[in-house]
Formats: sequence, C-alpha cells, structure tokens
Amino acid sequence: MVNKAAISQLAQKIPGKVSYPVRIMEVCGTHTMNIARFGIKQLLPTGIKLVSGPGCPVCVTEESDIDLIQELARITGVTVFTFGDLYRVPGSGGSLEKLNGEGADVRVTVFPLEAVYYAEQNQAREVVFIGIGFETTAPVAAVMIDLVRKKRIKNFSVLSFHKRIPPVLMELVREDNNYIDGFLLPGHVSTVIGTDDYQPLAKTWSKPGVITGFEPVDILEGIYAILEQISEKSCRIEIQYKRGVNKEGAPLAREYISKYFEVCDTSWRGLGVISESGLAIRKNFRDFDAFYRFNPGNRIIKRAPIATCSCGEILRGVKMPWECLLFGSVCKPDNPVGPCMVSSEGSCAASYNYPDRYQDPSIMKV
Amino acid sequence: MTQQLVEELFIKYFHNSILDSGLDSAMLSLKAGKWAMTTDSFVVKPVFFPGGDIGKLSVCGTINDLAVMGATPLYLTCSFIIEEGFDIGDLEIIVQSMNSTARKDGLTIVAGDTKVVERGYCDGVYITTTGLGIVPNGINYSPSAMQVEDRVIITAPPGAHGLSVFAARNNLGVEPPPQSDCASLFSLIEPLNSLEVRCMRDPTRGGLAAVLNELALKGRKGIKIDESLIPIDSTVANLMELLGLEPYQLANEGAAVIIVSKKDAERALEKLRGHPLGRKASIIGEITAEIPGQVLMITYLGTERIMQMPSGVIIPRIC
Ligand code: SF4
Repeated sequence: MVNKAAISQLAQKIPGKVSYPVRIMEVCGTHTMNIARFGIKQLLPTGIKLVSGPGCPVCVTEESDIDLIQELARITGVTVFTFGDLYRVPGSGGSLEKLNGEGADVRVTVFPLEAVYYAEQNQAREVVFIGIGFETTAPVAAVMIDLVRKKRIKNFSVLSFHKRIPPVLMELVREDNNYIDGFLLPGHVSTVIGTDDYQPLAKTWSKPGVITGFEPVDILEGIYAILEQISEKSCRIEIQYKRGVNKEGAPLAREYISKYFEVCDTSWRGLGVISESGLAIRKNFRDFDAFYRFNPGNRIIKRAPIATCSCGEILRGVKMPWECLLFGSVCKPDNPVGPCMVSSEGSCAASYNYPDRYQDPSIMKV
Repeated sequence: MTQQLVEELFIKYFHNSILDSGLDSAMLSLKAGKWAMTTDSFVVKPVFFPGGDIGKLSVCGTINDLAVMGATPLYLTCSFIIEEGFDIGDLEIIVQSMNSTARKDGLTIVAGDTKVVERGYCDGVYITTTGLGIVPNGINYSPSAMQVEDRVIITAPPGAHGLSVFAARNNLGVEPPPQSDCASLFSLIEPLNSLEVRCMRDPTRGGLAAVLNELALKGRKGIKIDESLIPIDSTVANLMELLGLEPYQLANEGAAVIIVSKKDAERALEKLRGHPLGRKASIIGEITAEIPGQVLMITYLGTERIMQMPSGVIIPRIC
C-alpha cells in the first residue's frame, strides 16, 4: 500500500535542493489530511513549511450561507439533503444537526442521487439539495438537475454554493505575492478542470504549481517537483498525478457544469467576496434554483465572522491551527467552533486528529 | 403486539429450570469466589446487519465484557423495549439468535422483561442485558498492572462491525456488504488466563483508538504501536480509504486488545491464532515509560503521530 523505499529515497533527495525557507501551500483538504495522517512534515527539512489552503469545501462556506440553509430547513414541508460534513457546522443559530432535533427534516447523504429518488417518491415534500464543494461536486449537482428534468420532477431544487478553485488561488497571490512560493494543486478538482485555468498562476504570478495525487509518495513527489522548479527558477503548471489528471480535464463533466451553472461572484469564509469564484444555477433553470424558489435571502450577505475563530487566517495559510486560542481547548471535533474543525478535511480537524509533536508545541503537555 | 406474545417467545426459546419456575426473581445458588457483573444497553440501527442482529450483539457484548475481565460468563438477564408495531417475526429471529448465542457459551438466561411503548417512543427495539460470571482465582486484570515492555496484541483487524453498520445505515450499496465481526470472545480469550496477561479490552465504541487511549490513561503509561503491524481487513481498508477515514476509530464486536507480558506474548499469540476468531492476531506494539497517558503510532512511513482519543463522530469527506 505504501511504498516505503520510494518515500525514503525521495525524502533524501529533497534537502539541499534549494535554499530555504520555502513555503508551499497544499490547496486541497485531502492533502492536508494525509500530510497530517502520515506525518509527512517530519520527512521534510525544517526550512520547508507546508501551509493549508482554501480547499476544504465546508471550511470555506460562509457562516451566513450556513444560516441561509438553516432558514430554508425551517420552512415547513422542506426536506434538506446535505453531505455529512456540513451537518455539524455551527451557524449563528446552531447547526443543522440541532435543527433536526427541533423538528426540521435534514438528511445526511453519501450518495446525492438519493435526494432525487426521495423527491420522486415524496411529491408532497419540497426537496432541496445543498450544493457545496468545488468543480468536483458541481457536475454531480448538474447531473441531478438533468435527471430531475428528464423525470419531470417538480419538487426538487439545488441551493448552490459551489465554488471554483483557480480564482481563489489568484486572489491569494494577488493579496500577497511573497507569502507562498509554490502550490500543490488538488488532484480531484483538476481531474475535471485540467490545467488551463491554473496557467495565470505560473504566467502572471510566477508560481510553480504541481497537480498532485493523494498518496504519501504523490505528495512527496509533488513537493519535489515544486522545489525543482524553484531551483531552476522556472514556473509552470505540472501534473504529478498523471494517473488521474490530463491537460484537458474531463470535458463531459465541464459540459454538464456549463449547461446548468454560470460563473458568479461569491463569498468565501475568511477571504471575502472573490469575483467569478462561484457557480450559480443559470437563469433559464431557475425552477431548480432554491435561491429563487424560496428566496431565503440575498445571495451574498456577509456577516461578522465568529470573533475568536481563526479559520479565515488558517484558510489563507497565515496561521497554523494550534495558533488559534480555542484550538483543542474550547474547539474540538465534538464541539466545533469553526468549520475547519468540523470537516474531516479541515486543517484544524487534521491537526487535532493526527497530532504531530514535532509541529505543535502544545501536544506533549499531558 | 401484546406483552403476552413476547413473553411466550421468551419461554419458548430461553426456557430453563430457573426461568421456568416463573418467580418474581431468578433464584441462583452461587459458589464462593469473585464474581463479575456487567450491564449494557443495545440500540443498533439497523436492527439486522450483515453478520448479526441486535439479539446476537446484545448477548455477545455482555459476554465479551465479562470475558475480558477473565470471567466465565454464566447467567444473563435481558430486558426489551419494543416499539408498538414491531414485527413479531423479526422479534422471534432476534430472540432465537440471543438464545443460540447464549447457549453456545453455556450461559443461562435467567430473567427477562418487556415493555411495549407507543410508536415513535423508541426506534424498533432496544435490548439491555446484564451478565454475571465467575472469575477464576488469581485473575486480577487491570490497566494499572501494565508494565513497561509489555506487549500489545489485537486479535482481529479493526473496524469490521463499525463499518458494517455504517455502510448499512448510509446505504453505501457496497457488494458484498461489509460483514460485522460480532462474536463471543469467551472461547478465544479464556485460554489466555493461564498466561501473564495484565488486562484486556474489547474495542467497541471508538474502536482501537479509544481502547488504547483509555488503557494509557488508566495505566499511566505510554503505548507505542506500529501501524504496519496492525492487521488489515481489505474490505474495511478499501472502503475506509474511499471515505477518507481510518479504521482505528471504528468498533469491533468480536476482537480484543490484550496487554500481556513480554515473556508470554508469543505464547499468547500462538493460542489466539489457533482459534478461528484469532487467525489474524498480531503484536502491534508495547507499553513504554515515555509519553505517559498517550498513544504514539509509528506510521507506515516511519514517521510518528499521536493517536488521538476519537471524538465519536464519523464523517466521510465530500469529494
Ligand atoms: S481551532 Fe476552531 S475556532 Fe480555532 S480556527 Fe480552528 S475551527 Fe476556528
């Protein structure tokens, strides 16, 4: 399962590659989790700092969006289907889990199509699917709408908070182009979008970017490829995860996205509104758009973030989870304050679940 | 469904001289010595899962709690809370499987009770079982007996029961569906009573991670384990990988974690592997003086991380 020899070979090649410090952002939550789970930072020279990025879908969902979902779930006759991660994220009035206890009908699903079948069989209910995630989950929502149209189901809609990865990365470098030296780009998202949308990262902002798989050996190879670009003083978008990604991405999935979605501005937790970083349901398919169906509020409303939660800084990679005052004391997976602690892919949850005593100085105090 | 119907079922299957006497309490004549007693309630959903059902689970769970204390389980009582309208045929299957599970290990079910509650006041059926067992002389299992260099054994791959129930509950639609390991551990671990065993636990809720953390805390020692030595069930491993989770937090219902002296570790392993439930038993680590109260895991990569006490919620990733 894990190729230990390949790993130690790579780990030996890495030091001495460039002059340190180097700061590399792993964009994707699955990377964050596996880096923590396998203790990959222990294999790297201290001069290489891995920081987590905005690639955990739940973590970047605005608190006001969570509130919106809750408003909707409170409407009589509505059944909400959601991915598990979202279920426990606290909004300003508690979580969806809490709402369920109060009589709302919120269902956690692993297979989203379930929501469509439920709608078909329960026509008296208004079924809403909460569309969160990136270019990976948007095609799923598109396929659902497609199916609903074919089956002429009338009681189904999607509340789309889908987001796009490339614009948020551009925003990070636009804000501070000196902070991050290279990007480990997400494997799954790139399976859909290919390499094109990342090009400005290399061409305009001079950042190496390597689309990387999720196995420990992939991650080390990705890091090595970034260091190689830095040492050659070149910057380009490369694919390490060749078994999952090609340059063109998945045209069929993109077709589905563009059939039902259009690009919109949207707000990211901790980062604010980023133009063209969201996906809204096209106007001609408004029947399936829960925003219009229920008009539960304005699409972009920004409320003050939870004052003490540092998720925003963590999503930009400027703070490590254990630097948050609440980490591990008040905020834990069974009592999460911010979304980064709820999702298994959030950096706070990864640091909590897979503690690394070489990274987090607070761990060994028993 | 009437109370009477249920009671008839009990008598039909559980019958024995103590129960049949129909007194208000079971009358037991116990010999002198140390006795172990435990009680637990079972609320599994779904009630029937691949590899078992709530009846088997409620008997095995209590047998296992006694067995890991070194006790020989002898008597059991059970109490049912049943939702109005619960299928009587299903109930019969449950009672049957309790009966056959108990008899296999020579247990007598000496008392039982049922309450039928209105629809919506309980979810199908809940079962509480209480078990009584005798502890052989000289057996005194406790985490505080753990000593540095003792070995840590797990008798089966972690996570089979937890995954089976998780898959059934979330309609994962995996074929064939992952099987629970629900089983009585008595015949597996009873032979270890002759060895230098310090303590045993069955990793139910919270799985291996919870049990190791509890032992480390209660025994005030550190536990160091090597991930590559933990036995793997490939169905569990593949599915967990897909969900972005590790099996260490998932429950077993047919496995034990055993702390045994360094000297007797290999003999214990041999005995375990000779039993069908212990084929994949493995020494996964040892007790250390370092990091008291914590569990350190050497990962597949040779790096290390603290194995955290699980938070109790299992959430698969989105994409
Ligand atoms: S530890 Fe909790 S409160 Fe702090 S940043 Fe993470 S999620 Fe927010």
